[in-house]
Amino acid sequence: MSVAPTTYAVETDGLVKEFAGFRAVNGVDLRLEPGKVHALVGPNGAGKTTLFNLLTGFLRPTAGRVIILGADTTGLPPERIARRGVARSFQITSLFDQLTALEHAELALQAASTVGYRFWASEGALERYRNRSRELLAEVGLADLASRPAGKLPYGQKRALELALAIALDPRLLLLDEPTAGMGVEDIRRTIDLIRKAHAGRTVVLVEHNMGVVAELADQVIVLQQGRVIAQGGYAVVREDPAVVAAYLGQAHA
Amino acid sequence: MTRLLRLLPYAVAIAVALALPRAMYPVLALDILLWGLFAMSVDLLLGYVGLLSFGHAAFWGLGAYAAAIAAKSTGVPFAIAALVGAAASALLAVPFGYLAIRRRGIYFAMVTLAFAQLVFYVANEWRDVTGGENGLHGVPRTFPGLALGRSADFYYAALPLILLGYVLAYRIVHSPFGHVLVAIRDNEPRAQALGYATWRYKLLAFVLSGGLAGLAGGLFALGNGFASLDLLHWTTSGQAVLITILGGIGTLWGSLLGAVIVLELRDALTSAPEASGVVTGAVFVVIVLAFRRGLWATGRDALRRFAAPVVSARIDISEGEVRHGRS
Repeated sequence: MSVAPTTYAVETDGLVKEFAGFRAVNGVDLRLEPGKVHALVGPNGAGKTTLFNLLTGFLRPTAGRVIILGADTTGLPPERIARRGVARSFQITSLFDQLTALEHAELALQAASTVGYRFWASEGALERYRNRSRELLAEVGLADLASRPAGKLPYGQKRALELALAIALDPRLLLLDEPTAGMGVEDIRRTIDLIRKAHAGRTVVLVEHNMGVVAELADQVIVLQQGRVIAQGGYAVVREDPAVVAAYLGQAHA
Repeated sequence: MTRLLRLLPYAVAIAVALALPRAMYPVLALDILLWGLFAMSVDLLLGYVGLLSFGHAAFWGLGAYAAAIAAKSTGVPFAIAALVGAAASALLAVPFGYLAIRRRGIYFAMVTLAFAQLVFYVANEWRDVTGGENGLHGVPRTFPGLALGRSADFYYAALPLILLGYVLAYRIVHSPFGHVLVAIRDNEPRAQALGYATWRYKLLAFVLSGGLAGLAGGLFALGNGFASLDLLHWTTSGQAVLITILGGIGTLWGSLLGAVIVLELRDALTSAPEASGVVTGAVFVVIVLAFRRGLWATGRDALRRFAAPVVSARIDISEGEVRHGRS
């Protein structure tokens, strides 16, 4: 069989995050293989988004270590982790309301360079990103809305732009926090296709409540409950796991 | 043709700037342009980074003192002295900014206010250098080959430097850097997630803003021939913020408009000091209520509505084309 990978895309050791005595993440040890789609699932309050924030540097762990793409990133600020090839989207749509869709794409594309510091240059300095920006917007179906301020885009298009931003960074690790939240059937279909396309050559970790999406996309499912991993494996295996069934039933009864 | 039309506002602005000292006292004209630049430096932070500085008097005042000291002690041409003022303020903005940008909102305002008070007390105590309560008087203004005795002469001599300040402010806002600033203002965590070290951008914006305020303050000291403690007083910071808000936050040119109104009003009311507080207050209340987004933005929209028939016809055509292209 294949040789076990020496470097995991994401590795955590005894990861703990406490908020005023409450342990949102309580000793999580992850080993996520590169090149796969991993889905983080679990009832509300299980610690999925907190875990995301720990992986991307938006929160500092109370204890434990985070190793991303082979490098210890524990305690690094978000921008340093992003520059190591980690892109994330946010659960609540998180865009720059006054900037147009095109400007969003340009901002993401220029993030790797230092052009952003050029306060003496004209906007023409961004011209070389324009073609790629338009391509990106076309990929996510926003070609016609390129000059619309993000704040004025319909919800589904906002989510698409959010995805375009993450892809624009050409990351090695793509973290998506509920990419299909609040979407209709058609938009979900399109988003699944987009994630599949974006997945090529990358590791994807997604938080997702829609089990249909999980079943379709995930190679590996990790189930969290009360800040702990209670099960992991393929979707078919995890679905039958007694602990998972109990967790979801418990949730349903609550 | 359209290119020419686009340049028209700038041509008009320069013509107005050239004619201004004939329409009013040259000293007042100079003060308006300098307070406009000062308020723009505040707007650069408030309108484009979302940071309300309540301590910009520190940079305006330091620029004034540094330029005054340079001119008095070395007799350098006024332009050099003004640039010394700008450099001194930009330099001071590095540590102040470094500490202040860790905070947002009201806490940022409070930290900047505290730093400005610190500068005020240092200037008050350090009499050998600053003249303490008396300030520095008899600041000379010279330039090889120019006679700058009359206020109008100095106005024209200083105009290129002032315009340079405006152009720099405009450039900053309309640059790749300006785009990142607006992104940070709209959503800082998102900008970080894209890989932007947002604190560096905020610090650079703070330093540029401090430098512009210092340039304005330096020219103010040279134009008026003195640097005094009230340039550093917290009410000076307040006035700059007020001018920015009246003119319109995030418009840059609004600051200039705000400066015209505030300084004209102050000038008109000097003969009736007891009424000045009430009248100024009333005028501000009216402006703020009638022009909620500031004079500049409201005025600009009214102008657009005035020109609406032409513009909307153009939009109809272009949308028709788009629809046609898609079907």
